[in-house]
Amino acid sequence: MGRAGTIARRTFLFGAVAISGGLAFGVWQVRKDAPNPLKPGPGDTALSAFVLIDASGVTLIAPRAEMGQGVQTTWAALLAEELDLDWHQVRVIHGPPAKAYYNSALVAEGLPGKGYDTSGFQHSLATALGGIGKLVDLQVTGGSTSMRDGFERMRVAGATAREMLKAAAAQRLALDITQLRCESGAVVARDGTRLPYADLAADAAGIAPQAVELRPQSEWRLLGKTMPRLDMLAKCTGTATFGIDIRLPGMRFASLRMNPAQGGAMRSFDASRAEALPGVDTIVDLGTGVAVIASDTWTALKAVNAIEIDWGPAPYPADTAAIFDAITQAFDAPANSTMRDDGNADTLPDGATPVDSVYTVPFLAHATMEPMNATARISAEGLELWCGNQAPLFVRRHCADTAGLDAEQVTLHTPFMGGGFGRRGEVDVAVLATRIAMALPGTAVQTVWSREEDMRHDFYRPGAIARMRGAVSDGNAVLFDAQVAAPNVTAQALTRWSGFAPPGPDKTTVDGLFNQPYGFPNYRVRGYIADLAVPVGFWRSVGASQNGFFHESFVDELAHAANADPLAFRLNLVRDVHAPSAGVLDAVRDMSGWTGQTPEGVGRGVALCHSFGTPVAQVIEVRQTGAGIRITDAWIACDVGTALDPGNIEAQMTGGLIYGLSAAVRGEITFDEGAAEQGNFPDYDALRMTSAPRVQVRILETSRFLGGVGEPGTPPAAPALANALFDLTGIRARTLPLVKHFAFAT
Amino acid sequence: MATRLTVNGTRHDLDLAGDMPLLWVLRDALGLTGTKYGCGVASCGACTVQIDGQAVRSCVTPLSSVQGAVTTIEALGTPDSPGALQQAWIDHQVAQCGYCQSGQIVQAAALLAEMPDPTDDQIDAAMAGNLCQCGTYPRIRAAIHAAALALGRS
Ligand code: FES
Ligand code: FES
Repeated sequence: MGRAGTIARRTFLFGAVAISGGLAFGVWQVRKDAPNPLKPGPGDTALSAFVLIDASGVTLIAPRAEMGQGVQTTWAALLAEELDLDWHQVRVIHGPPAKAYYNSALVAEGLPGKGYDTSGFQHSLATALGGIGKLVDLQVTGGSTSMRDGFERMRVAGATAREMLKAAAAQRLALDITQLRCESGAVVARDGTRLPYADLAADAAGIAPQAVELRPQSEWRLLGKTMPRLDMLAKCTGTATFGIDIRLPGMRFASLRMNPAQGGAMRSFDASRAEALPGVDTIVDLGTGVAVIASDTWTALKAVNAIEIDWGPAPYPADTAAIFDAITQAFDAPANSTMRDDGNADTLPDGATPVDSVYTVPFLAHATMEPMNATARISAEGLELWCGNQAPLFVRRHCADTAGLDAEQVTLHTPFMGGGFGRRGEVDVAVLATRIAMALPGTAVQTVWSREEDMRHDFYRPGAIARMRGAVSDGNAVLFDAQVAAPNVTAQALTRWSGFAPPGPDKTTVDGLFNQPYGFPNYRVRGYIADLAVPVGFWRSVGASQNGFFHESFVDELAHAANADPLAFRLNLVRDVHAPSAGVLDAVRDMSGWTGQTPEGVGRGVALCHSFGTPVAQVIEVRQTGAGIRITDAWIACDVGTALDPGNIEAQMTGGLIYGLSAAVRGEITFDEGAAEQGNFPDYDALRMTSAPRVQVRILETSRFLGGVGEPGTPPAAPALANALFDLTGIRARTLPLVKHFAFAT
Repeated sequence: MATRLTVNGTRHDLDLAGDMPLLWVLRDALGLTGTKYGCGVASCGACTVQIDGQAVRSCVTPLSSVQGAVTTIEALGTPDSPGALQQAWIDHQVAQCGYCQSGQIVQAAALLAEMPDPTDDQIDAAMAGNLCQCGTYPRIRAAIHAAALALGRS
């Protein structure tokens, strides 16, 4: 870490590019490369924004947040592949916040297409538009986009640097460049002369980058194989530094309590008992909450809980029932979107049997293992921040505004994150830590949220209601008409990031419903926005997390109404629309030995969801045991186009499934007097080793484009489980969590 | 309150409140940050350490109640020389975000000390208190079996 640490610190000092924040730039500006944020120190050479070479070797910059998804490892492999580094030579750091690190794929993910029917032209358009990310501070880790974003850019960056190094070697050896090749971090001539990259870097920096050709997949050495994760050793020896592990000379520790009726006022507080506790330095009035700075985290937590506070009410309905009433009322207004309207969904097809259902899902917390925290130090030089985050440019700008500084005066370090799942895309944690540290200038202050504070001040996966209407005829679905109402995640999150949300149809509300690869002849999906100030945000797989449940539970209902096998019924509808989606269904059928029959006491369910460019099918098996129902097995098949790191994809698919199952079985945030009633794992639990299934994953590679892997494993989990429970018990769960309907073994 | 505490073989003379949980003594007073805070109420296992070989939740263990020698993740191996369990974890590429893994490994070490060759059910029962939001359970189970085998051989 020593060497990488120095680089990180030095590179944070770069003169930052001006913040634009608008889309009103010509296309030429999109094409122009953003300025290189790496300002090498003496003896260092930055060959591009992603490759830094010094006497001790090559350091790769992977400016995507490592929250557990393995992004830095695969990102580094993309660079190292073309740069001809051996794996043991690879070092990677997160690097500074910078526009050069924009996310092009996240912009493309926001385009209104269905995702599975992307043509080559649309793909190029999406890629071109993706450049807009560099104009709007979109250095964001999210949307399962990192590999789609980095796949070409990083190989090009690696190849460009390699060719520059070769050109430098050609000059030095007075040889033609075609007589040189690269190997293990050195340029090698035919006579065996080896020039290590470090010796060539300074010369190479003076050479103009040339257009490069990328190597064909057949020549890959690293990509396509399971690479040992670069963060594994540290994470298994307790030496990985998470945000909460930052320790600085003279630092103090803080904790806070904000109004649990989120966004409500603080009328008054009495901190006299807290002030009297030994070890307490300062009480900080945050306006809508209060913090204590103390000698250690424990004292801060104890003291902040000793403050008596009179809270004002929440700016949203006070309890769960009233909140869901407001969501129901959204159906009375005109639809915000009709993103799909095939055939005629108004009338029931002749002779068809109708099926109608209403589904409801609760609000969900992220519950990352590492509670929210950030460390800040304000001094004459500016603000230095240590905060696990998924959106460094936004964090930097908001914290600069908070401290009355220019963005260039803010140095942001992004340590490992103990889970993100979307929560760490928000700026609130860093902003509050900045405000608290401002009370003690010159001193580093680490603000740690208690688990209760973390859970009660989340940006929740929104509660949502779906009105489903369908019909079957001759064993087939002939109508699928869905209406879904929910608070608007995109509008809230964009407003928090940039103060502005574009009006118009919102894709997130209906994501996972309107864009599924099913050939229903009459297929309509409408979205309704509930105007609610309950804080909602991006939660692993976002709209698809609830809509996958609605879609795939209802398809199951249609299959049973049609007296059809649920898997064959799906295949019939999918086969002609999207071959990779049919392929993953075929795969889980084969893996699980699906026969459509289950013995007494065993239930099986299947679900399919296409999200973030990747179709995923899952079969789940449940068993009735003396101790209750057990989720015994899960089979997952996904088609990612090109499997860059199969071992990591398997881990992500498994983790995505288990996260989805945890929420389906137990996850529910309810409100009373405006406050979330759940505060810690005893009332917001997840699957444990005893309750998690055995998992098998198969990775297919027939899709035309690279798909995401961090999120697509989550959406099918809840419906596959609910469908299995229906198979076992005959009870159709149309509300979550499932623990309200079924007795699970723990 | 003056307290004498032995952590990873080193004796410390501390002057801290007796009600301070061992977790914060380790993290904030001794700078041993491998042990993690997850819930503070003994329901996630992130803070697991051993006291005289027994796995305990340090978040609910007041300093004044600690009688024996404390062992944390830092004593089970180092990056230069990982312990058998840590090596099995690396071989199986267990960690995702990694935040829960210190607790998982310390818990597993206590299990293997008691049961050198546990069955799946015994592993599940011993590890049920250790939450992993990243869902690494299948690989944890495999790594514990592998470590049991490796330790049995040596
Ligand atoms: S922090 Fe101690 S069990 Fe969760
Ligand atoms: S690895 Fe992330 S919580 Fe276990």
